[in-house]
Amino acid sequence: MRQVYLDYSATTPVKKEVLEAMLPYFTEHFGNPSSIYGIGQDSKTAITNARLQVAALIHADPSEVFFNAGGTESDNWAVFGIADALKEKGNHIITTKIEHHAMLHSCEFLEKRGYEVTYLGIGPDGRINLDELEKAITDKTILISVMTVNNEIGTVQPIKEIGQIAQKHGIVFHTDAVQALGNVPIDVKEMGIDLMSMSAHKIYGPKGIGALYIRKGVRISNYLHGGAQENKRRAGTENLPGIIGFGKAAELARLHFDDHVKHCSELRNYLIDEVLKKIPDTAVNGTMEYRHPGNANITFRYIEGEAMLLLLDAKGISVSTGSACSSTSLVPSHVLSSLGVPVEDIHGTLRFTVGDFTTKEDIDYVVETLAEIVERLRGISSVNSKKGW
Amino acid sequence: MALYNDKVMDHFMNPRNVGEIENPDGSGTYGSPVCGDMMMITIKVENDIITDAKFKTFGCGSAIASSSMATEMIIGKTIDEALAITNKDIVSELGGLPAIKLHCSVLADHAIKCAIYDYAQKNGKTYAGLEGFDPNADEDDEHGESCDCDECSK
Repeated sequence: MRQVYLDYSATTPVKKEVLEAMLPYFTEHFGNPSSIYGIGQDSKTAITNARLQVAALIHADPSEVFFNAGGTESDNWAVFGIADALKEKGNHIITTKIEHHAMLHSCEFLEKRGYEVTYLGIGPDGRINLDELEKAITDKTILISVMTVNNEIGTVQPIKEIGQIAQKHGIVFHTDAVQALGNVPIDVKEMGIDLMSMSAHKIYGPKGIGALYIRKGVRISNYLHGGAQENKRRAGTENLPGIIGFGKAAELARLHFDDHVKHCSELRNYLIDEVLKKIPDTAVNGTMEYRHPGNANITFRYIEGEAMLLLLDAKGISVSTGSACSSTSLVPSHVLSSLGVPVEDIHGTLRFTVGDFTTKEDIDYVVETLAEIVERLRGISSVNSKKGW
Repeated sequence: MALYNDKVMDHFMNPRNVGEIENPDGSGTYGSPVCGDMMMITIKVENDIITDAKFKTFGCGSAIASSSMATEMIIGKTIDEALAITNKDIVSELGGLPAIKLHCSVLADHAIKCAIYDYAQKNGKTYAGLEGFDPNADEDDEHGESCDCDECSK
């Protein structure tokens, strides 16, 4: 059976070149980078090289890249590190309602400990309102955190403009760029970013490795305490093969950026056009103007997402859904709710993300299969276009 | 597929008794699209025995599978026997469901009661199993109290 993976925003396969770069660092070059003998120093040199590769992708200085366990640790570090370092200055954080749970739950944790958090909503285009952001700033605001690209609807936020506002008010600006990295251009200097979360496994690197970009001069407390690794900023023996893999993946993402974006957006647009043309009662969620090149978020009315997902899986197709019924919390997507999508429609929503290994034939197979599955489930459904909800 | 067992998958992939009976003796709908699942059931009754049942369900895999199983379980049963069927019985016939699916996705016992209530109303009959049953109640106790879903717990 044909296997089609259309969930590249969930994770990506490790590219062959990345795996090959990593392999010697499991066995041959296994030295602890903190050891002063030869094989230890070899590891240290390899990490220095990987740091250069990651820094080049985001136009940062290598000394501003701090490897860690990934997006979640980076978000936690940014929030708790700033909350602690600037507690004398204030206790107010501004973020958005559509952040990843790594950010939202970290903020909720701080709220229980006396911090105040403003959660900005989004407009019909999925973007925050800059005036609203500026109005939310108080003399107690210590952090503005807005994700670069949303993981569900793929909307790209006006990062440079947010950076300017943060700079004007002297507030630290963090962005979760986990979905953005390798998919939209990032220049931390030009965009005025102070802190940025990154993860390797979204860019064809391994899982469990990422980095926090910390602009030189930003005061932030450590999150993990222990040894002197990562210039005394992040303790713990380095995930050497992971770091090498992240570095290689970042290099490939930089070198093939234009091709990647072109390939993904062409196939994504083809998928959306075909679905809307061939399957009635469907709608795309989020703007097409500022969007992750691989993201398509589509509502199929009158049926439920988990049921679609299971039938697609039986045909070898992997996608994800915003439906509550597939989540462990039974709560419908907070992002689609914020966008104003009616709850009954959220239940019938699928997220497709195409990537480097997706082909046009894959999309044809997916659209053909989807049309069958949607018709089948609508045949079983107690609601339909005639009855309405 | 590890999420559901083979029996649940079979009833989801090949649901039994899908559809709507024309001129049914009783019909009932339970759940809401907002909550994520809604089941409609129509029944035929002869001499207090359910001779046919068909369903249509908007919902996830376990909602469809449990609807299918429920129709199989009530066909050939007396009204009193059908009224005695609980969600627990349906889940156990299915060989179990993931814990999180137990409350929100199994609507069938309530939908069956709704259809039998409709039949009883039309034919001026009373059944012990329907005592105190209100088909228009917003949510039955089990759903409202133990369902974690946002919409139910409002």
